[in-house]
Amino acid sequence: MIENIDLSLVDWSRAQFALTAAYHWIFVPLTLGLSFMLAFMETIYVKTGNPEWKRITKFWMTLFGINFAIGVATGIILEFEFGANWSNYSWFVGDIFGAPLAIEGIFAFFMESTFIAMMFFGWNKLSRKTHLISTWLVAFGANLSALWILVANAWMQYPAGMHFNPDTARNEMTNFWDVLFSPMAIHKFLHTITSGFVLAAIFVIGVSAWFLLKKREQVFSRRSMSVAAVFGLLTSIFLVVTGDFSSRTIARYQPMKFAATEALHTGTSNAGWTVFGIPSQTEETSMKIEIPGLLSFMTYYDRDAYVTGINDILEGNAAQGVMSAAEKIKRGKEARQVLKDYKDAKKNNDEPAEKRLRAKFDDPVFQEEYFKYFGYGFLNNPQSLVPNVPLTFWSFRVMVGLGFYFVVLFVVVLWLVFKDRLGKRRWLLWLMLLSIPLPYLAGQAGWVVAEVGRQPWAIQDYLPTAAAVSQIDAGAVQITFWLFAAIFTTLLIAEISIMLRQIKQGPKEI
Amino acid sequence: MFPVCYFNNVCTFERNKFFMNSHILYRVFKFYVDGFRSMTVGKTLWMIIGIKLFIMFVVLKLFFFPDFLKSNFDNDSERSEYVIEQLTK
Repeated sequence: MIENIDLSLVDWSRAQFALTAAYHWIFVPLTLGLSFMLAFMETIYVKTGNPEWKRITKFWMTLFGINFAIGVATGIILEFEFGANWSNYSWFVGDIFGAPLAIEGIFAFFMESTFIAMMFFGWNKLSRKTHLISTWLVAFGANLSALWILVANAWMQYPAGMHFNPDTARNEMTNFWDVLFSPMAIHKFLHTITSGFVLAAIFVIGVSAWFLLKKREQVFSRRSMSVAAVFGLLTSIFLVVTGDFSSRTIARYQPMKFAATEALHTGTSNAGWTVFGIPSQTEETSMKIEIPGLLSFMTYYDRDAYVTGINDILEGNAAQGVMSAAEKIKRGKEARQVLKDYKDAKKNNDEPAEKRLRAKFDDPVFQEEYFKYFGYGFLNNPQSLVPNVPLTFWSFRVMVGLGFYFVVLFVVVLWLVFKDRLGKRRWLLWLMLLSIPLPYLAGQAGWVVAEVGRQPWAIQDYLPTAAAVSQIDAGAVQITFWLFAAIFTTLLIAEISIMLRQIKQGPKEI
Repeated sequence: MFPVCYFNNVCTFERNKFFMNSHILYRVFKFYVDGFRSMTVGKTLWMIIGIKLFIMFVVLKLFFFPDFLKSNFDNDSERSEYVIEQLTK
């Protein structure tokens, strides 16, 4: 089948989805993080009764509102794309995706229509405590809303809690909790929302630094920075911890992605972690600077542990219990053949064959030995299992490097705030201001690792992207790609210009 | 409190639930109306949201993103058959 697929269709469909998701992710993390910072700032206001904190909260709330308004519903386009460009995938996924997305829709609807309105309109109409509760509920609602979409994404990386129905060609959810609490879902959710918290903290610090550079709003800026630095430091440490958990989960369930992030072609014991090197798609990394044993230790808490390489996965490694790609492809083709035979038996009204073949899909041995590799049956060349190694390698290092930079930045800001030396080091204020784009870059790099690193799969091991696309004209996808690029760029320009105008105006007097 | 008479001609004063519910709805309605009226930057944002939703749901959804399986097949059975065909060919 893969040979018959128009690769330009797959590439344009992927590019369009990546573009939409990347733009969507520009708006989302600030909403996730800033909502909690508003809640903390307003809590201080309610506790202290100091109107300056109300002023601080209201200013950041305005910026939150701008970001929320521009970003709202940009994710819906992804759902349009599922139906139009990825119809095989959408059908195959069945109700697995439907349930989390429906819950996400309900959460988003109630949160947006109720608590956000109470938060924005209720300053002079609700009691302080009721208003504060609304603000907290907006924060929890926004982050819970993100939970469901991330659960859906995690299922694509680690399909669990489902059973394939050969009559409908759809996966049916057998255990909601397996989907919700899969190790991939938990770590993805925690790591992703925490990245939003860090981004928001740097945003607040950067904007406050601008006020200090302009010698405006001294008290406002220092107080905003103190909240952001504490929040940012705690969440950035948590971000590193959740990143570590995520990494080990990937090593276990997506070993090819893990090997690609390390550009590890040949598996080894006592594997070193590459700090710097020139990775290659097919060869070992050159000009490598590595810390011996660190990769094995970080992955398995054991310096002598064996870390699987790309070649182990392609060629197999019996000693380490790794099945070869050729064997998986063979088993996948058999699983596809059973599905085809079942379809033909139904068509020819061959009841005994139909009954026999149908029973295979309920047989745990067939599920475990063959259907588990269903997606491999679409592939002919084991090399197609290898994602873009240099891109995955570098994206991972950009993300991790920036993650550690953020921890240091928050420590520095916190130290300057407590020592009351913020205004004395202008270059540090400039550094804070210029750091605003960095968490956005880190977030995008993280998604590149997650999504490029798991290619060729749309659903890990079950459905490759080439088999997931709709049979539509690649030209139509190309047109909508450029249309989206124009729409989202316009929205981004609108957001930045409205936000800059509000920032220049500064917080209003109460 | 409002007078309420039952079938046995016993009349009492009770809270009128309908009135009260209407009153709450009115207050909620007024809460939103006042909120929208007092917006400053929000008006621009609502305009952007309106244009954006129009482009997404009317222009993009209708003209560029018809659901492939829904628009090409009449029922789920046909859709299943098509996808199985795609997965096994």
